[in-house]
Amino acid sequence: PHVGPVDSKNEAAMSELVPEPRQKPVVPMKPMGINTSLLGYIGIDTIIEQMRKKTMKTGFDFNIMVVGQSGLGKSTLVNTLFKSQVSRKSSGWNREEKIPKTVEIKAIGHVIEEGGVKMKLTVIDTPGFGDQINNENCWEPIEKYINEQYEKFLKEEVNIARKKRIPDTRVHCCLYFISPTGHSLRPLDLEFMKHLSKVVNIIPVIAKADTMTLEEKTEFKQRVRKELEVNGIEFYPQKEFDEDLEDKTENDKIRQESMPFAVVGSDKEYQVNGKRVLGRKTPWGIIEVENLNHCEFALLRDFVIRTHLQDLKEVTHNIHYETYRAKRLNDNGGLPPMTVETEENHESNL
Amino acid sequence: KCFIVFQGEGCRTVPLSGHVGFDSLPDQLVNKSVNHGFCFNILCVGETGLGKSTLMDTLFNTKFEGDPASHSQPGVQLKSSTYDLQESNVNLKLTIVSTVGFGDQINKEDSYKPIVEFIDAQFEAYLQEELKIRRVLHNYHDTRIHACLYFIAPTGHSLKSLDLVTMKKLDSKVNIIPIIAKSDAISKSELTKFKIKITSELVSNGVQIYQFPTDDESVAEINGTMNAHLPFAVIGSTEELKIGNKMMKARQYPWGTVQVENEAHCDFVKLREMLIRVNMEDLREQTHTRHYELYRRCKLEEMGFKDTDPDSKPFSLQETYEAKRNEFLGELQKKEEAMRQMFVQRVKEKEAELKEAEKELHEKFDRLKKLHQDEKKKLEDKKKSLDDEVNAFKQRKTAAELLQSQAQQAGGSQTLKRDKERKK
Repeated sequence: PHVGPVDSKNEAAMSELVPEPRQKPVVPMKPMGINTSLLGYIGIDTIIEQMRKKTMKTGFDFNIMVVGQSGLGKSTLVNTLFKSQVSRKSSGWNREEKIPKTVEIKAIGHVIEEGGVKMKLTVIDTPGFGDQINNENCWEPIEKYINEQYEKFLKEEVNIARKKRIPDTRVHCCLYFISPTGHSLRPLDLEFMKHLSKVVNIIPVIAKADTMTLEEKTEFKQRVRKELEVNGIEFYPQKEFDEDLEDKTENDKIRQESMPFAVVGSDKEYQVNGKRVLGRKTPWGIIEVENLNHCEFALLRDFVIRTHLQDLKEVTHNIHYETYRAKRLNDNGGLPPMTVETEENHESNL
Repeated sequence: KCFIVFQGEGCRTVPLSGHVGFDSLPDQLVNKSVNHGFCFNILCVGETGLGKSTLMDTLFNTKFEGDPASHSQPGVQLKSSTYDLQESNVNLKLTIVSTVGFGDQINKEDSYKPIVEFIDAQFEAYLQEELKIRRVLHNYHDTRIHACLYFIAPTGHSLKSLDLVTMKKLDSKVNIIPIIAKSDAISKSELTKFKIKITSELVSNGVQIYQFPTDDESVAEINGTMNAHLPFAVIGSTEELKIGNKMMKARQYPWGTVQVENEAHCDFVKLREMLIRVNMEDLREQTHTRHYELYRRCKLEEMGFKDTDPDSKPFSLQETYEAKRNEFLGELQKKEEAMRQMFVQRVKEKEAELKEAEKELHEKFDRLKKLHQDEKKKLEDKKKSLDDEVNAFKQRKTAAELLQSQAQQAGGSQTLKRDKERKK
């Protein structure tokens, strides 16, 4: 235990928000934290363990949506990401199955467990997207679904008698699959991402990247990044939500160099150099999915699952959901404040 | 790589064929919390002089500022201070709220009120933030009380009625941990009897104190044992004395030295263990999910919100807000109407006033006019009479002149005649 400097960020945030109890004879809370020196071990740092135990007990929810034209390997990629059959592949449209006339939304949930951590993973597939001749407004059913989940959550939150844990069906992450044409983004890609980047975290992914050479890949990625920037599309991790300098440097690197991730997916294993690896076998060699020299799958996996999963959920909850809620309450007149109901108060809450 | 059957959620459990990596999730979550910092708020309720500040100093191994309170407070007040503590990488914002003057008044009927009001005020502030349209909940400094240490005086007999009344008022609003203060005043045998008496009184009066949770196997055993030791008999001291070859927190008496951290001497270590090292997170969780939810539910119901209408059909969110909004607008309209009426009334009154004034002016003008005319007439009359006089005078003058000239003539002839006569 040692005397640490007063965390100025927290202090600043707190001094803005400390509420003053209104009734007398209660003394209002002092806004500034006073730093005190500790002389022996108290045990405050045990709260980390306490918190960890509690979260392990409750488990986690994660909802991931995949969007892209059929045949881009969406299901395979998700299955590869989560090392299990969580998404049902549509291996070509056979005679019984027809291409859906509109975009369908299919959400399937599975429970997976690893290292004592239980996760309810829901994969939301969007068959039919971009597959019609006329694809105008085909993002609308998707936007509608996303907003419906926010609405569901809001309804639960607004109840008087609330559930202890509100079930979270909100889409935390949307993987958008870009066709590896090597040229540029398609108008459909731009339209979709323009509309949806405002309501959900979009992670653009270049699918089936094994059809591009390394140079083609680098150039394509640069062009895609440029196009996204020119069109004002903010994909995850969004610049405006970087919390501190550390976040910013880490995320800048990802935004400006790694993304969009050029990936290859596979659920088949092959023997390479004495090891069993996931890969795709071609006459000219075996593409190893988890080999960083071959494709960026491992980067995507680490990014989405191992480092930023919690952040994806938090941005969804603290920002996208709050934006939806504020808009929704504003449109419906909002909830009048519980103190004196004057016109001034009403306006200040809007 | 598990095959656990997950009931009741309609979800299959699927096996993993390799390491995915989401087992880092708890770490990701904990890291975010650490970056954010934690806060913990303790309320100390107890009579003046029971060692509340000293116990806090001892618990947190530091000297918090503040002077001892006097016994002459006119009412119960709450004094609150916030401190930033840091241990390894954990930043804790600790707020300690203490009652001042509790138990000092002659009439203690209302003593519990400021405490209840304070606790409610913190819930209210959180609720207000939660109800805002644009809110910043994840950056909100939580001031809700997570633990209430209730200091019982070491009489050795039973609880005071003030204690029972106060705890009864608080038990549905906050996690109460009762402790026997300055317990070095009681002998060991008396202490056992005292604890039993206190516990039975609490039970028979239906006071719900905080139970250390026993649902998690890793802490069930220790929490279960500790629950049986409540209320904790504590001693506080920041003075360190050399005992053996170590410096220890202790209190020295002529008959011996009481060691604070010796479990044979008092329950201080148990309190620290339970309050901080084992259940701090649970105390925060209970405050949020139980006490705050209860407050929120009651408050919203008070305001007229319902989840279902009289026919037990759930209100849609839109309807609820719409109804509230209409009510609010209706009130606004009524006020507006009232203001308008008042305005019209005032205008009418002013108009009448002005008319009155106008009338007065007219009358005054008429009066003045008449006065003027009268004056004028008088003047004219005077002038006329003057003119008449002048005329009359002129006439007389003329007549007189004529007479005089006649007289002169006659006189002249008279004179001639007299002269003639003389000459004769």
